[in-house]
Amino acid sequence: MEKYAVFVPKLIKKKENFAPGHRACVGCAEALAVRQTFKALGRDVIVVNATGCMEVVATPLPHTSWCLPWIHTLFENAAAVASGVDSGLKALVRKGRRPDRKISVVAIGGDGATSDIGLQAISGALERWQDFLYVCFDNEAYMNTGIQRSSATPYGASTTTAPAGKKSIGQVTWKKDMPGIAAAHNIPYVATACPSYPFDLMDKVRKGALTPGPAYIHVLSVCPTGWRCAPELAIKVGRLAVETGVFPLYEVENGRYKLTIDVPQLRPVQDYLKLQGRFRHLSEETVKEIQDRVSKDYAKLKEKIECMQKQDR
Amino acid sequence: MTESEGKPTWQQIEIGAIITEPGSARQYQTGDWRTQRPTYVHERCIKCGLCSIYCPEGCIEPNEEGYFEADLFYCKGCGICARECWTKAINMVEEE
Amino acid sequence: MTQRVGIEVSRAVAIAAKLANVDVVAAYPITPQTHIVEDLSEMVASGELDASYIPVESEHSAMSSCLGSVAVGARTFTATSSQGMELMHEVLYVASGMRLPVVMAVANRALSAPISIWGDHSDVMSVRDTGWIQIFVTNGQEAFDNILCAFRIGEDRRALLPVMIHLDGFQLTHVIEPIYLEEQGDVDRFLPRFEYPLPLDPDKPVTMGAFGPPDIYTEVKKAQDVVLTSSKEVILEAWKEFGDIFGRYYSPIQCYRCEGAKVLLMTMGSFSETAMSAVDAMRDDGHAVGLLNLRLWRPFPFAEIRQAVKDADVLVVFDRALSFGGPGGPVCSEVRSALYSLDKRPKVVGFVGGLGGRVVSIAGFREIIERGTRIASEGTEQEFEMFGVRE
Ligand SMILES: Cc1ncc(C[n+]2csc(CCOP(=O)(O)OP(=O)(O)O)c2C)c(N)n1
Ligand code: SF4
Ligand code: SF4
Ligand code: SF4
Ligand SMILES: [Mg+2]
Repeated sequence: MEKYAVFVPKLIKKKENFAPGHRACVGCAEALAVRQTFKALGRDVIVVNATGCMEVVATPLPHTSWCLPWIHTLFENAAAVASGVDSGLKALVRKGRRPDRKISVVAIGGDGATSDIGLQAISGALERWQDFLYVCFDNEAYMNTGIQRSSATPYGASTTTAPAGKKSIGQVTWKKDMPGIAAAHNIPYVATACPSYPFDLMDKVRKGALTPGPAYIHVLSVCPTGWRCAPELAIKVGRLAVETGVFPLYEVENGRYKLTIDVPQLRPVQDYLKLQGRFRHLSEETVKEIQDRVSKDYAKLKEKIECMQKQDR
Repeated sequence: MTESEGKPTWQQIEIGAIITEPGSARQYQTGDWRTQRPTYVHERCIKCGLCSIYCPEGCIEPNEEGYFEADLFYCKGCGICARECWTKAINMVEEE
Repeated sequence: MTQRVGIEVSRAVAIAAKLANVDVVAAYPITPQTHIVEDLSEMVASGELDASYIPVESEHSAMSSCLGSVAVGARTFTATSSQGMELMHEVLYVASGMRLPVVMAVANRALSAPISIWGDHSDVMSVRDTGWIQIFVTNGQEAFDNILCAFRIGEDRRALLPVMIHLDGFQLTHVIEPIYLEEQGDVDRFLPRFEYPLPLDPDKPVTMGAFGPPDIYTEVKKAQDVVLTSSKEVILEAWKEFGDIFGRYYSPIQCYRCEGAKVLLMTMGSFSETAMSAVDAMRDDGHAVGLLNLRLWRPFPFAEIRQAVKDADVLVVFDRALSFGGPGGPVCSEVRSALYSLDKRPKVVGFVGGLGGRVVSIAGFREIIERGTRIASEGTEQEFEMFGVRE
């Protein structure tokens, strides 16, 4: 599993690029994911942030948690702003007005900013082969505006715009496969990650940021407020998402799929669901439905990987 | 900034309200959100630093003796560090 | 001396952007803006212009990319029209609010529905309050000249504001006119290199576009308004220096044959040239009429307008846009309110016409002046009149 046996201080830089004093909720693993992401990278980074929790909690004027050059403009356009940053830098370097040194352009946004309202801008930037990394911090709803559903909200979760009730289980659609959509652009690097697996996450971020051309990383980020789980369980819940197969950790390098954390024996999804208030209303039947879907999707992913390995041989 | 009630006048607003001091949020105390606080059993701590990498605030650092401890100016008391410390060197106690 | 060449105005606009040595162009095609961005892409493809051309997937992304490239300190140009400008609407406010001096040529066109590719000023008026410097041009030469001025004005440290140059779709973009295309050396003399004071730079990290709580938002907006209002000085200075180098001088309002005029007509954009011919004809017939060609739309030239109308009895304002269910033409209602506080002011009469590409002839403008004069003396119940509409 993760490199637990090794000592963290030797493995990671001490320097924080995302300073404390931010206003994220107690136990927010999205803020944690952001902190880990930018701890993985050095200082030669420009961050482009979409509107959402992370932008709001980290930059209430006159304060900023950011120690890196950072820009926020709107909700749905981070990939487009990053395109301008990338192309602007390239032009200035070419014309000798900026030193020729690699600066990683990293666009970040929530699941709403990514899978819903910003999807077009992201697709455009990936297709144009902009040299940047896009990181989606997926807390599975529009949290900043009060836990409304998104296309990344999982089946059966109760949100404020798809609430559970006598006639509804809450979300009645299955989570959009955003990493799959990114991979369909045939970009050099796509990965999933979770801050419960910090070394895996940081390796991927480094890889994505150094890849020439576009890269995409989808980070499952536990939100205790929106998921209605105990704050101290934020890491555990993320780990369970991986151990149950709900959120497999993999990467797609030049089209090649690979599990980075292999779970030989998946735990039952109920272990994951039962810690979260947003699933509390689910009947046994719905849980079974979810279990079937998760098992099937996981098997499909493994099959895809094996098939590719066979081709390679 | 010279400010009336600590707030800038319109003349003092930077171009486009750009913030020029990196990490200035460090001035902001989030510690007073806390209802519980981490306490340490140093004998159990193996100084692995895992707690520090899981803290959402990034406020855990080694003290002079190398034991990892929270900066209570920022610690929001989420309890993640106590939960994730594998040697059970951290206990959460209620703030009075 | 540079030679005057017959050239399509869109092409002249693209050449102006090239002479400004833009670093980034991000644009999405829409009629009648297409020739401008096609020409720029060709220049980039041929190596004539060393710039990054971002063929974005929408106008929203076009303007968003422009924000990113200006934020790293790159000189940035784009062009759009009508629906394209509507799609980038929310981004426009961010450009000015964050003080990112993008330069944009707008090929003015009507708004849907019904869809129309032809010219009017509905798109201009829909972005009136976005905080951009906005300049109307009357002909191809003005378009070329003011693209150059736009970079100089917008990028000035005292301004750092985005600038729109409004040129009428088809009526300007697609016509061939004799235009002086100036020499690179002279342009370089006029237009200093762009240095954004606080760019995104790892050596000096800044936070741009932070969240504005209620205890600070008002101060940020006040600062922004003061900057836009006082940018008039920067504009006047740039126009003066442009004139000193190139011999063509511009002003917020062009007063055409206004000496002793008791009746004034106000127009903007390409229609002003037609209106000038109407004024000429009426002057020949002995009528004391003149024309005010409004160039500077934002910041609004209050003082210049008050000065220009001070001896007139009647001011007829002709708008190419309509504020539905409201006071009629947006320019007319702003001019009217600018004059309201004066002790002595002309009667202001508003007409709306020339919508969706409808042409107004010389005879048409003559009719507008005459009818406006009559309305001024007889009075009317209507806030404005629609000109040239079939009843
Ligand atoms: C065009 C536009 N529509 C709606 C909003 C309101 N809004 C701001 S943030 C947000 C939700 C953000 O959700 P997500 O991207 O998942 O980020 P999170 O807050 O969950 O981290 C919404 C709906 C907006 N700012 N702009
Ligand atoms: S709502 Fe969720 S994602 Fe947003 S700050 Fe709170 S815990 Fe973090
Ligand atoms: S996780 Fe526990 S053992 Fe490791 S440094 Fe922290 S307190 Fe010590
Ligand atoms: S309780 Fe939470 S905020 Fe405080 S040090 Fe531990 S992990 Fe960090
Ligand atoms: Mg979200």
